[in-house]
Amino acid sequence: MGVGMSLATVADADLVARCREGDQRAWEELVNRFSRYVYAIAMRVYHLSQHDAEDVFQEVFTRTYASLGELRDDASVRPWIATLTRRLCVDSLRSSDRELPVEEAIDSEVSEHSEDAMAELDEALLVQEALRTMDETCAEMLDRFFARDESYRTIGEALGIQPGTVASRLSRCLRKLRQKLEGRRPRFEPSRE
Amino acid sequence: MGTIPDNDEERVAKMLRVLPPAPEGWVKAAQELPRARREMDEIVALAQADRSFKDAVIADLEAALRERGYEVEPGLLPELRERLSSS
Repeated sequence: MGVGMSLATVADADLVARCREGDQRAWEELVNRFSRYVYAIAMRVYHLSQHDAEDVFQEVFTRTYASLGELRDDASVRPWIATLTRRLCVDSLRSSDRELPVEEAIDSEVSEHSEDAMAELDEALLVQEALRTMDETCAEMLDRFFARDESYRTIGEALGIQPGTVASRLSRCLRKLRQKLEGRRPRFEPSRE
Repeated sequence: MGTIPDNDEERVAKMLRVLPPAPEGWVKAAQELPRARREMDEIVALAQADRSFKDAVIADLEAALRERGYEVEPGLLPELRERLSSS
């Protein structure tokens, strides 16, 4: 899964502090941790083209790196990155939607559903956080199947598991992941009878 | 203790699908930023110290960098040009 498993479970604030001290592995983990989030904001929420999304993606991490010393609160790096990404996406839309009145274009494309979409991404990031605390095989299996859309066969070959047992193991891993999420958000808590 | 509805696991699965990986090359380029920044600092310092290198980068930045063995990410070239011209 990610770069440097020992850093995978380090809290955001500690990771930022390590990055500020020049720890290259910490920076790689920070990029790894937020890369999907930034990518999803650009592609799912703002529907940027692949080319514009790449520009935004690189600019977000360039500015994040340059601003490590200026963050008021290291623990708030996620909302900081989210705000920066959204601002850059809007700038990108403004510069590309030249034929429409700017506000009309931005409003019609992003305002209606962007808050719901962002809430969903934040929830998904929480799931990613829990995924990082799982054993490596389970985490990789879930990621390959659900996020990378790989087949049982591909997963089985990659992880040295019989394709016939991938489905049952996926089911067990998904249950474990859900259990890890209990208590983190009401949505994942078991129902009370 | 209540039972856990199946749809909770469906929700977790949905959330996993919401965040597919960003393209590998984008992630790699972002992870290389600190090294690229250090390299840019080094190039600017070298240009300040070596007049012939500065002339070469002004004439043809990419060729001058290749000659010295630098491989600067194309996306960082505009910033490097700006830094070199103001140094």
